[in-house]
Amino acid sequence: MELLLFLILFPALMGFIFLVFPNNKARDAMVALAALVLIAATVILFIQNYSAGTVMYEIEPGAISMAMMALEVMLALAVLYLAVKYRQWIVGALAIIGTGVVLFAETLFTGPEHMNNLFVDEFTLIMAMIIGVIGSIICIFATGYMRDYHHHHEEIKDKRQGFFFLLFIFLSAMFGVVFSNNMFWLYFFWEITTLCSFLLIGYAWDEEARKNAFWALLLNLLGGLGFGGTFLYLAFTEPSGGLVMLDSLIAAGPAIAMIPAALIGFAGLAKAAQMPFSSWLLGAMIAPTPVSALLHSSTMVKAGVYVIVRFAPVYDASFVGFLIALVGGFTFLLASGIAISQSNAKRVLAWSTIANLGLIVTCAGIGNAAAVWAAILLIVFHAIAKSLLFLCTGTVEHRIGSRDIEDMGGLISILPRITIMMIIGIAGMFLAPFGMLISKWAALRAFLETPYGIFAVILIAFGSAATLFFWTKWMGRLLEVAWKPKPRREGEVSKPEFYSLLGLAAGVVIICLGFPLLSSAVVEPFLIGIYGIGASLGEQNIAIMLMMMVVVFILPVSLIFFRRDRRVIPHYVGGRAATMDMQFAGSMGVQRKVELSNYYFEGIFGEAKLGKAGNILCTLFIVCIGVVLAMGVIA
Amino acid sequence: MANITKSPWIIHYDGSSCNGCDIEVLACLTPLYDIERFGIINTGNPKHADIFLITGGINHQNVEIVKNTYEQMVDPKVVVAVGICATSGGVFRECYNIMGGVDTVIPVDVYVPGCAVRPEAIIDGVVQALGILEKKRAKLAAEQGGAKK
Amino acid sequence: MINPFIGAILFVIFAPVLGGLVAGIDRKVTAHMQGRVGPPILQPFYDIFKLFEKESAVVRPEINFYIFCYLVFLVITGAIFFAGEDILLVIFALTLAHVFIVIAAYASSSPYAHVGAERELLMMMAVEPMLILAAAGMYVATGSFFVGEIIDFQLGGGGLLVTWIPLLFIGVVYILTIKLRKSPFDISTSHHAHQELVKGLTTEFSGPTLGMYEIAHLYELVFLLGFVWLFFAGSPLLGIVVVAVVYFLEILIDNTNTRAKWQFALRSAWLAALVLGVINLVALVLGIIQPGTLGVL
Ligand code: SF4
Repeated sequence: MELLLFLILFPALMGFIFLVFPNNKARDAMVALAALVLIAATVILFIQNYSAGTVMYEIEPGAISMAMMALEVMLALAVLYLAVKYRQWIVGALAIIGTGVVLFAETLFTGPEHMNNLFVDEFTLIMAMIIGVIGSIICIFATGYMRDYHHHHEEIKDKRQGFFFLLFIFLSAMFGVVFSNNMFWLYFFWEITTLCSFLLIGYAWDEEARKNAFWALLLNLLGGLGFGGTFLYLAFTEPSGGLVMLDSLIAAGPAIAMIPAALIGFAGLAKAAQMPFSSWLLGAMIAPTPVSALLHSSTMVKAGVYVIVRFAPVYDASFVGFLIALVGGFTFLLASGIAISQSNAKRVLAWSTIANLGLIVTCAGIGNAAAVWAAILLIVFHAIAKSLLFLCTGTVEHRIGSRDIEDMGGLISILPRITIMMIIGIAGMFLAPFGMLISKWAALRAFLETPYGIFAVILIAFGSAATLFFWTKWMGRLLEVAWKPKPRREGEVSKPEFYSLLGLAAGVVIICLGFPLLSSAVVEPFLIGIYGIGASLGEQNIAIMLMMMVVVFILPVSLIFFRRDRRVIPHYVGGRAATMDMQFAGSMGVQRKVELSNYYFEGIFGEAKLGKAGNILCTLFIVCIGVVLAMGVIA
Repeated sequence: MANITKSPWIIHYDGSSCNGCDIEVLACLTPLYDIERFGIINTGNPKHADIFLITGGINHQNVEIVKNTYEQMVDPKVVVAVGICATSGGVFRECYNIMGGVDTVIPVDVYVPGCAVRPEAIIDGVVQALGILEKKRAKLAAEQGGAKK
Repeated sequence: MINPFIGAILFVIFAPVLGGLVAGIDRKVTAHMQGRVGPPILQPFYDIFKLFEKESAVVRPEINFYIFCYLVFLVITGAIFFAGEDILLVIFALTLAHVFIVIAAYASSSPYAHVGAERELLMMMAVEPMLILAAAGMYVATGSFFVGEIIDFQLGGGGLLVTWIPLLFIGVVYILTIKLRKSPFDISTSHHAHQELVKGLTTEFSGPTLGMYEIAHLYELVFLLGFVWLFFAGSPLLGIVVVAVVYFLEILIDNTNTRAKWQFALRSAWLAALVLGVINLVALVLGIIQPGTLGVL
C-alpha cells in the first residue's frame, strides 16, 4: 500500500518542486531522476503484485475525501474564473453543474464509510506499468524536447516550470485513476487529468491554443457529467453507498450496474475522444509533442478506455454494450478513413489514435472474455507504439522543420536511426506479426463468438483495410530515398530525446516478443478472475506468430548479401537522361527534379465529410443508449 | 543453359522513323506472325528487356534517349536496327537534323534492312540476335564465374 | 487431415512448378483466345531462368532485400495455409508480404514505380475487407478458423463450404481478378499492351530481382487457387474442377476487358464486400442459409 501512495504522491510532490525550481540542467537531471524512480517503483509494484490477484487496501477516507472535495471546489472555481475571463460560458456552466451534482450526490449517501478505497489487480498493474514506464520515458524526452521547442518558438513564453509541474501532477492523477476503488476518488483524479490536459493543450496560450484547450475542456467536462449522473443514480438506488465502490458495482451485475455503466461509459467515450467527441483530440495536437504523446495517445485517453474496459463484464452480451461497440466500431472505421486524407504526421497519428481507441471500445462493448483480452493487449501495444511514433515525429519536426509526411521523403538517409525506430513503431501499429495486429486478430475471433459481433467484424474488416493504406504509404515515403544522401543530421538529436526513443523502440520489440508471457502471466488470470475463463490465441498460433517474428528479425541479415557489388543504374524516366539524385533532362535543356507525392483522396476520405457522418451516427447511437435505458431494456 | 534464347524480351523504340517500320513491328505481334511463339514479349521497359529494337534514324532530339534506354538495359543485351533508316539513316540521311543510323550512338548487333522491313525479316533479325545474345550471356557468365574465383 | 508439415513442405517445393504450369497454360489459352499459337507451356520457367542469367543491376541495393522479404513471406503465407493453420493468420501474412513489395516499389523512387506502389496499395485496401469477411464467413459456417478444420468439417458431412457462403465465394472470385493483377484490374503493374505506367510497380526491378518477384508470384497464384479450392474442399475433385473453371473465367475476363480506373476497382471491390459479405454473413448468423438451401452439391 505504501507503494501505491508513493506512486500517487511522489510525482505530485516532484511536480511542486519543479514549479519553483529554475529552468536549468539540474532541473532536467532531476526530472530524469524522478522518472527513473517512478519506473523503478512501478516495476517493483508489478513484480510484487502480478501473481497476487485483486488486492484491496483499506484507507480511512474521512479526511482525504474532505480534502479532495475542497480541492474539487477550488478547481471548479478556478475553471469558472478562466471561463468568465475568456467568455467561455458553457465551460463555466459545465464546471458548476458537474461539481455541484457530485457534491450534492455526496451528501445523499448515508451509509457508513467504506474502507476499500484503493486496490490493485492485474489490469491496474498493466495500466500502472503504462503510466509509470511510458509516462516517465516521455517526461525524460520532454526535457530535451522543450529546450529545443523554445529554441524554435521564441515567440512563446517559456513556462517550462509549469509544464513539468503539470506533467508530474498528471502522472500522479493517472495513478490515482487506476488505483482508486472509490468512485468519488476516481472522479477526483479524472477531473485533474482533464484540467492538466486543458492547461497543457493551452501551453502556448495564443488564440488558437486557447480555443482548442477550452474546447477539450468543454467536451471532457461534458463527459464528466456521466460521473455526476452515476453518483445521483447510485444515491437514489442505494443510499448506503455500497455501490460507490467500483468492485461492488461491477459485481452487482447488469441488472443494477447497467445504468451507471452506461453513464460512465459516456464519460469514457468523451475522454477517449470517440466520435462525436473526437474533435478535441485533434485540436490538442497543437500542444508540444510530448504532451500529445503522453496525454493524447498513451495515458489520458487510456483512462477513458480504462473505465470502459472495467465495465466490460457489465456490457457483455447486452444491447447497450452492442451500441457502445457500434460507437467504437464506426469511430474506428471512419477515423481510419480520415487518416488516409491527412498529410500532417501529427494529425495522422491523432486520427489513428482515435481509431485504435475505437477498436478498444468496440472490444469492451462486446465485452466477452476474449474481447477483453484483445482490448487489454491493444491498450498495451497502442500505448507504447503510439508514444514512440509521436516522439519520433516531434524529433523529426525539430530536425527538418516540418511535420508533414510529404517532407519526410527519404528520411532514412537523413536520420537513419530515428527513421528505423519510426518504422518499428509503424510496423507495430498494423503489421503482422507485430503488436496491434495480434489484438486485431484476437478481436475478430472474439466478436464472432457473440450474436451481434458480426457487425463489429464488418466494421473492422473495412477499417483495417484503411489503416493498411495510410501506414504503408507513410512507411514507403520514409524509405523513398533520393540518391544523393542529404547530410545526416542525427547528431543534432539531444541525448534525452534519443535515449527515450531508443527505450520505447526496444519496448515495442520486447512487448511484441514477450506478449505471450504477458498474456499468460497477467491478462489471463485477470480474465479468469472475472469471467471464470481465460482467453488467448492458442499456442499453435502464437508459435507461428513468434516464428514469423524471428524471420522478420533474421531477414535483415540478407542485406549483407544484397549490398554486395551490384551495378547501380539510375531510375527510368521515360528514356530521358536521369541522374542518381533524381534529376532528369527536361525539355528545352532544363534539368528537372523528380517530385513524388502520395495519394490522399480528399474527395473520398475527406475529414469534413466522414467526420460529419461519424458524429451524426455516433451521436445517434449514444442517444439510442439513453432511449434503451430509459425504456428499461437492460439485457 | 540458354534460357535467354527462349525468352527474349524486347523494347521497341521509334527513332525518327516514318512509322512504316513501326507498323511492321506491331504486325509481328498479330496472330499471323505471333512472335510470342518464341517467348518474345514486347515489354515497354528497358530494365526488363534483352533486345533493343530501334526503327528510324537518330536525330538530335532522340540521341540522348536512345543512349539512356540502352544504358538502362541490363546485360546481356543486343541492339537490332530495323529498317534502312535505322541502319544508315536511309532516305533521311542527308536531312539537316539526322545524325545517321543507330550505330552512330550505340553499338548495333544486327542490321535488318528494308523499307519498310517485312515482318519475316524482323523475326529473322531477332532470331539472329538470339545467337549473339547467347554468346554475350556465356561471356558474362564466364566473367562472373571468374570474378567470383 | 494429412500431417500439417507435409502440406507446408509440399507447397514450398511444388508450388512454383504448379504455378509455372498454370501460368503457362494461362498464356497458351490467352493466345488461343486471340487466335494465336502462343508460347510453349513451359514459357514461364524459361522466363524466370532467363532472369537469373542476367546481370544484377539495381537502382537501390535495398530493393533486393524487400523483394526477398516479399518472396519469403509469400512462401510463409502459403505454407501456413497448406499446413491447415489459422486462415486469419494466412491473410495477415499475405498482407505483410504485399507491404514489402509496395515498399520495394517506393524505395526505387522512380515515378512509374511510385504510382505503381500507390495503386498496388489501393488494390490491397480494396481486397482486404473481402478476405477478412470470407474468413469470418468460414468461421461462422464451420466453427473454426483453422484451414484443416474447415476441410475436416466439409469432409465430415458439413456440406461444401460454398453452400454456406455462396455470396462470399462470388466476392472472392471478384477480388481474385485484382489479386492476380489481371485486366481490368492490372492497374499497378502493366499487363498486355497497357504501357502508360511502363511496368508500374516492377519498373525498376531487373534481372534476378525481377526473377524473385516472378517466383513469388507463382507461389501467390497457387495459394490463391488453394483459397478458392477451400470453398469446395468437401469434394476435392469437384474443387479442382471449380478452380479450373474459375481460372478460365479469369482468363476470359482478362482478355475481354479494358483496364479500369482505380476508383472503379476500389469502389466495386468494397461494394462487393459490403453487399455480398453483409447479406451472406447476416443470413448465416440468422440461420437462413443452411447447406442445401441452394440444392445439395
Ligand atoms: S526504313 Fe522506310 S519504312 Fe522504315 S522508317 Fe525508314 S522510311 Fe519508314
